[in-house]
This record gives sequence, C-alpha cells and structure tokens, in this order.
Amino acid sequence: MKPALSIVFFTVSSGAGLGLLALLSLADLFLSGGGLDRGQSLLAAGLGFALVAAGLASSTLHLANPKNAWRSFARFRTSWLSREAVFAVLFMAAAIAYIAAILFDRAEVRRPAAVAVVIFAWAVLHCTAMIYASLKPIRMWHTSRTPLCYVLFGHFSGSLLLAWVAAQGDTDMRPYLGAALALLAAAALAKVAWLRNAALEGGQGIQAALGQPTAARVKLLDAGHTHGTFLTNEFAFKLARSHAQGLAAAFWLAAFILPALVIAFFPDALLGAALACLGGLSVERWLFFALARHTVLLYHGAQRA
Amino acid sequence: MTKKLGLVIDIDTCVGCHACAVACKEWNGASAIAGPLSDYEPFGKAPSGVWFNRVRHYEAGEYPQNKTLNVPMSCMHCEDADCVTVCPTGASYKREDGIVLVEQDKCMGCNLCAWACPYGARELDESSGTMKKCTLCADRIDNELLPPEDRQPACVLACPTQARHFGDLGDPLSAVSKLVAEREGFGMLPELGYKPVNRYLPPRTAPKVPVAQSQPDAPSLSERIAGWVNKLVER
Repeated sequence: MKPALSIVFFTVSSGAGLGLLALLSLADLFLSGGGLDRGQSLLAAGLGFALVAAGLASSTLHLANPKNAWRSFARFRTSWLSREAVFAVLFMAAAIAYIAAILFDRAEVRRPAAVAVVIFAWAVLHCTAMIYASLKPIRMWHTSRTPLCYVLFGHFSGSLLLAWVAAQGDTDMRPYLGAALALLAAAALAKVAWLRNAALEGGQGIQAALGQPTAARVKLLDAGHTHGTFLTNEFAFKLARSHAQGLAAAFWLAAFILPALVIAFFPDALLGAALACLGGLSVERWLFFALARHTVLLYHGAQRA
Repeated sequence: MTKKLGLVIDIDTCVGCHACAVACKEWNGASAIAGPLSDYEPFGKAPSGVWFNRVRHYEAGEYPQNKTLNVPMSCMHCEDADCVTVCPTGASYKREDGIVLVEQDKCMGCNLCAWACPYGARELDESSGTMKKCTLCADRIDNELLPPEDRQPACVLACPTQARHFGDLGDPLSAVSKLVAEREGFGMLPELGYKPVNRYLPPRTAPKVPVAQSQPDAPSLSERIAGWVNKLVER
C-alpha cells in the first residue's frame, strides 16, 4: 500500500495526544492529580490537545475532495471512519471542557470531563485502528492485534510526554516512569505478536483469485495497460527488503530501546526519549502501510497476497 | 425474490480484444451518473486514466498444455459489499436491484472503499477527487426511451464474441442463471465473503495435446567411443 505521509503523521500524532490526555485524566481520577500542579496539568492537556488537533487537521490532507469531509459523520452505524469522526468531535469537546475546568478551577466539571476524555480517547484510538483492521483484502491488517498495537502505541508515546511534563516540577516520578516502562513492554509485546501474525503464510493464491479449479501454474502475461493505473499506484508500492529491515531496526531502536535506556539511566532526557519514540513510531506506521499487501495484487500477477 | 443484476463473462470465448473496456469508457465518459472518466497525459509519455473495466491476460499451465485466459474485470456488485459499509459519507450505496453506485456529490475521496475492494473495481478520479466505478450502465438499463434490446450495459453490447451477458442472477429461471448452472460458472474470491454477483464461465476442457512420451535410448559405450573418435579424427 502507498504510505500517505498525512496519515502516518495523523495516526502517530493523534495517537500520542489521545494517549497523553487519557493517562492525564486517569491520573486525575485515580491518583488525585498525580502530584501535578495546575501549570503542569495545563501543559500536559494543552500538549495532548495540540497533538490531536494537528493530527486531525493532517488527516484531511489525504482526502481528494475535502469539501465533502463534513459528510463523514453520516454512516456511524456501519463505517469505522465515520465512527472515528464522530468520536473525535466528542473527544475534542470533552478535552476543551477538561482544560477549561483546570483553567477555572472547577472541580465539579473536571471529574466528569476527565471521565469523558478517557472514554472518547479510547473510542477514537480503537476506531482509527479498526478502519485498517476491518479490511479483509489486507490480511496483515485484518487482525485484532492491529487495534491492540494502535491503542498501546498511543498510550506509550503519551506516557513519555506525560513523564516529561511531570519532571518539570517537584513531582514524585515513580508512577510516571513505572507507567511508561509498563506501557513500553506491553507495546513491544503487542508489536511482536502483530509481526508473528503478519509473517504467517496466508491470504489467497492467484489460482484461487481467478477461480482456476486446477493446480496449474498461472502467470500474468499482460496487465492490459501500458503505464500506471490508480490500482498500481495505490496498491503496488514496492520496498526493497534491505530497506525494510533497516527501517524496522531504526523503529525498534528509536521507539523502544532508546526510551528504555533513558527511563532507566538518564531521566533528565525524557523529552528526547519522547521525540525519539514519536520518530520511531512514525517509521513503524510508514512500514505498516508500505509492507501491507492487498488482494488486488493477485490480478496484477502476484502469486500470493 | 431479491433482484441481483450482474454480468456473466465467458472466459472460454473471450478473445481479450478490450472492446468491452473501450465501449465502457466511451459510454460512461459521457454518463451523468459517474462521468467524465478523466485521463491524465492521454497523449504524453505515461498515459493513464480512469477505467471501470480492465482486461488482463494470463497463462495457465505449462507449454504445450497451456491456455491463455483473458479476464475482463469490473465491479462484481457484491451482495455483501464492504465498499458500501466502510463508506463514511454515504456516497456509496446499493440499489434495490443490486447495483452498487457512488453518488459523486457526496464522495470526499478518502479511498477507503477502494481499499475494501479485493477486485480493484474502484478507481479515484484525480480531476474530480471522487471515487468512480462501474454503474452497470444504469442509465441505459433504466432508460425506457431505448429499445428493449439496447437496455443493457455498453460492454455487453460491444462484445464481438458474445462472451458477456447481462441479467438478473437472483432469478434462477433467467437466461443468465441457466447459463451459469449449465457451465458451472463461479464467482471470484468467494472466501472473502463479499458474495460477488458477477459470474465467470470457466474455459471448456481442452483435449490434451499429445506429447512424445518415449525418449530415444541412451547411446551405448561403443557408440559413444565412435563419437569421440569421429570428433578427434579429421576427415
């Protein structure tokens, strides 16, 4: 699949913002503010809100006809993209209420707003992932491990940003660093599980795609067009195996190994760890698209997809 | 009984001439439902554009037991069309008679329906920014001003070998349903569960091409020695 940079930025940036605000709200609800003062809470909430807003703005860049984007709320009952749009608006409203409650010291608004922020953040993260996980022609994506990765990656990157905010004051860092480490381990395990599933032999063969009842070898003689088509541009993205391996190594290093070392040995460099993590997750999301193989490739001569 | 309008395509008789694809492009390029079908660089170095129907050519088996398969593909008008359910704007819809259409005024060009389609039936028009696809020539089928024999998709009317047939596959007594039953027609990729309506008629079984079975016997030792000697000795 052709990786669209607007979508890579959207999912990584919004994911981190949603994870950050969900964790901040959870700390608010269960750790009575988590030891953050008003300024720190505002910084964390504002940062999360900005990341989500930037991501959502970027998501409209990949639309070929954005003037109809407002119609995307229409099919909530069947479309994960429509559900994502609806929950994103509800999340933004809850986040604004939550920030306003911190700003104007309104405890009676702050708690229900925090509950709404957590629920809608999880809903948006899940819906975004399900857009991809629901697509049957892309076997690699069509697994419950896809939403698991999206939700955990968002929370892990958000936890690093939250830990950096916590380090800006006289805060007990143990719960923040502990949460970041636990989410790091969970996110890495989820990705390993996702990769194991992606590596399985599966999908369909070219014989089945053409309904050939025999086991005779089938090969493409002529695709019927002399130059690229929408289908080849969109689905036939090719990435050299060596490049893919190099990028995968960069992802594991930047997203997991560097942040783990920072948490363990250099707690002063948390912002660097968070930025490295976001960079690494961007590489991961780019590979998520670049390496995905669509069933339509069978009709363009692929033996399996 | 629910109507399931669709196509039956005979892979046995299709000669791969692309007349169906060209007729489709010609009719739908001027159609009010989905037209125009934009072309990019039509006279340039890399001509490309939007087509609803693409013909691909395959070879099955090894020579001499091989066969060329010409496979035209367009929208299968699936019963469980994921392209319709994933559409966030409601631009994609399925008519009562089974035809899957895109309302151009509502589409935002997110590509998700094209991703959901395993058959490559949907193509984004870069000029309008909207998704386009086979309409089964709904504007011909619905047009009561046309004589009844012309109320068929342009691809069906254009086919010189009559490899394409149009009809109601939901009615077991229709001509297309009988043809499918007789020739054991199949739908593509049924395992994905989209229940495609279009049917393909497989190639009829061809008689095996006789191949010489016995290899000449290996030369005996004396024959091989005679051969070496002949190579060495000049005549």
